[in-house]
Amino acid sequence: MIRFIIKGIVRDKSKSLIPIAVISVGVMVTVLMFGFLKGVFSDVINQNARLDTGHVKIMTKPYAENKEQLPNDLALLDIRELIDSLNQNFPEMIWTPRIKFGGIMDVPDNFGNTKSQGPGMGLALALFDKDSKELERLKLSESVEKGSLPNKKGQILLSDNYANKLNINPGETITFFGSTMEGSMVFQNYEMSGTVRFGSPLMDKSTFIIDILDAQIMLDMNNGSGEILGYFKNNKYDDKRALTIAKKFNSKYISSSDEYAPVMVTLKDQNDLRASLEMGDAFSGVFLFVFIIAMSLVLWNTGLIGGLRRYNEFGIRLAIGESKSNIFRILLVEASVIGIIGSLIGTSLGILFCYYLQEVGIDISKDIANSTIIMPSVMRAYVTSDLFYIGFIPGLFSMLFGTALSGRGIYKRETARLFKELEV
Amino acid sequence: MKKETIIKLKNLTKNYPVAGRDFPVLKGINLSINSSEFLGIIGPSGSGKTTLLNIIGSLDKPTNGEVNVLNKEIKSLNHKDAAELRNFHIGFIFQVFNLLPVYTVFENVEFALLLQKNTTKQRKNAVMEALEWVGLTEHANKKPDKLSGGESQRVAIARAMVKSPKLVLADEPTANLDAENAHAILKTMKKLNKELGTTFLFSTHDEKVMGYLDRKIFLRDGIVEKDEKYKS
Ligand SMILES: Nc1ncnc2c1ncn2[C@@H]1O[C@H](COP(=O)(O)OP(=O)(O)OP(=O)(O)O)[C@@H](O)[C@H]1O
Ligand SMILES: [Mg+2]
Repeated sequence: MIRFIIKGIVRDKSKSLIPIAVISVGVMVTVLMFGFLKGVFSDVINQNARLDTGHVKIMTKPYAENKEQLPNDLALLDIRELIDSLNQNFPEMIWTPRIKFGGIMDVPDNFGNTKSQGPGMGLALALFDKDSKELERLKLSESVEKGSLPNKKGQILLSDNYANKLNINPGETITFFGSTMEGSMVFQNYEMSGTVRFGSPLMDKSTFIIDILDAQIMLDMNNGSGEILGYFKNNKYDDKRALTIAKKFNSKYISSSDEYAPVMVTLKDQNDLRASLEMGDAFSGVFLFVFIIAMSLVLWNTGLIGGLRRYNEFGIRLAIGESKSNIFRILLVEASVIGIIGSLIGTSLGILFCYYLQEVGIDISKDIANSTIIMPSVMRAYVTSDLFYIGFIPGLFSMLFGTALSGRGIYKRETARLFKELEV
Repeated sequence: MKKETIIKLKNLTKNYPVAGRDFPVLKGINLSINSSEFLGIIGPSGSGKTTLLNIIGSLDKPTNGEVNVLNKEIKSLNHKDAAELRNFHIGFIFQVFNLLPVYTVFENVEFALLLQKNTTKQRKNAVMEALEWVGLTEHANKKPDKLSGGESQRVAIARAMVKSPKLVLADEPTANLDAENAHAILKTMKKLNKELGTTFLFSTHDEKVMGYLDRKIFLRDGIVEKDEKYKS
């Protein structure tokens, strides 16, 4: 019987084509949407982690409270000892210090007069410590636009946009003006080694990078840093584990009377990420729900139309001796076959488009040029394993649901009436 | 062959609800039909022929009265039992739209056997035998749209006969056929009636059919007006 039904579906294209098309499109849109949201969200997370938040971040409590102001007077001290103990207690993570600071960059001309000048954001990190993996993490080597990365003390790396604005080229000298941890004025010359492009408009605007030791000396922060970042060694953020680690770390200082006691926060608890991501999840859930309802309605209607067309067939089958319940059951089997075919097509197309969006992406750098949050300038979809069922199951389900609704109408009709429509 | 009563109708009435009121179509039919009869219900359009055939075929339920078909009380059958009665013992032939267009001639006939638990080989033998009865073996793999009207009706006969039913109900089977094809089909059915003892019950107002019938039941205004038997 089933073989017969499948033959029928394959041969009677009009019976199957419309629902297959509806399901394919619906499933494709779902898959594409999920792949895209997923891609964008995980890029946002990734980029935040790499550039700013770490998987976890340690600051002093007052620094954490005012971190927008980069309050280096509230920085962590004795960080070598702190990092040693972190490495011991939490060996699953790589621990590395960073200092963020602001200042003015000044490019002198041949006579020592100011050629150009502009405010910038400094990022000091363990450039020359291979174990910190900072170069790989920030993808610095791949992101070089001009010149090269710093390879010795006293060198500085600029974001490409910033360097263009300041009109400075690799090998030239640049002077930093700012204040030390204690608040006294400081200026310091650096040799510009090259430029990089981060791929985040916020960072690309006016960031410069120096080695952490240079910064500690310049800013009078011996053995201190604004932040210590922790990264899982497998490079994958795991919210549960991060929360556990933070809890364990913070419990040691919970009753500490030291007002500069360190505190650890997870990636998601920074930059409002948790709320944004939860909203994204909620949005996806609502979308999926609306999608199932809408598809079911459409398929219900096409089912009704198809059902009318098939009164003749149902009449003959009833006369041959098939029971209504069997006709209904086989209608559902047909629906499953059609649902599976449609969902397969939709899933394949969706994944194909996702793959395209993964490889090519959508460049939004112009639209977010002035954004104040860290987000990627190219939005990409990601092809992940959940894409294989995220559209498939709702596609199949709505076909079954729509068919059950329309088939119920046929089922409820009186046999004679049903048969009556045969006679034109 | 021993004659036995296979259809017995007693005070059969059927009303249809029309515009909120019950509209009587059959107003008290009494009939008794034996095995191996070849008979027709004759009446003008709207006289209730199809309604009567559908009730006898358990596709519809009577409003009142007794309908006994092959020792089954139609009124008390549930959907499943009614379907089973049709599946094993009653064949249907209609005026038009007899065949499922996406299936071949062979498959259309085979369809009738799919609900019964036969092996593929048994089915194949039965289908080919039925196609042989109606002279269509070489058309087995054609689709219905490649057949003439007469051939289509012959396929319908084969499908009705393939399960060797006791009773075949044919609702104006010749109405859409030319004279030549109509006679060919009637001859075929008559032959099957003689050879296999199958009861054929027609509904018709086609003059061509009349000459073949052993018995004519005239229906008018929902009652049996005349019941003429001829010896065969
Ligand atoms: N399901 C139904 N609901 C309401 N009225 C119906 C229904 N089925 C049939 N009728 C009416 O019952 C009457 C008898 O119909 P029926 O089809 O049995 O007649 P018939 O003798 O077969 O006619 P024809 O020669 O046109 O096929 C007609 O007036 C028809 O309109
Ligand atoms: Mg009729």
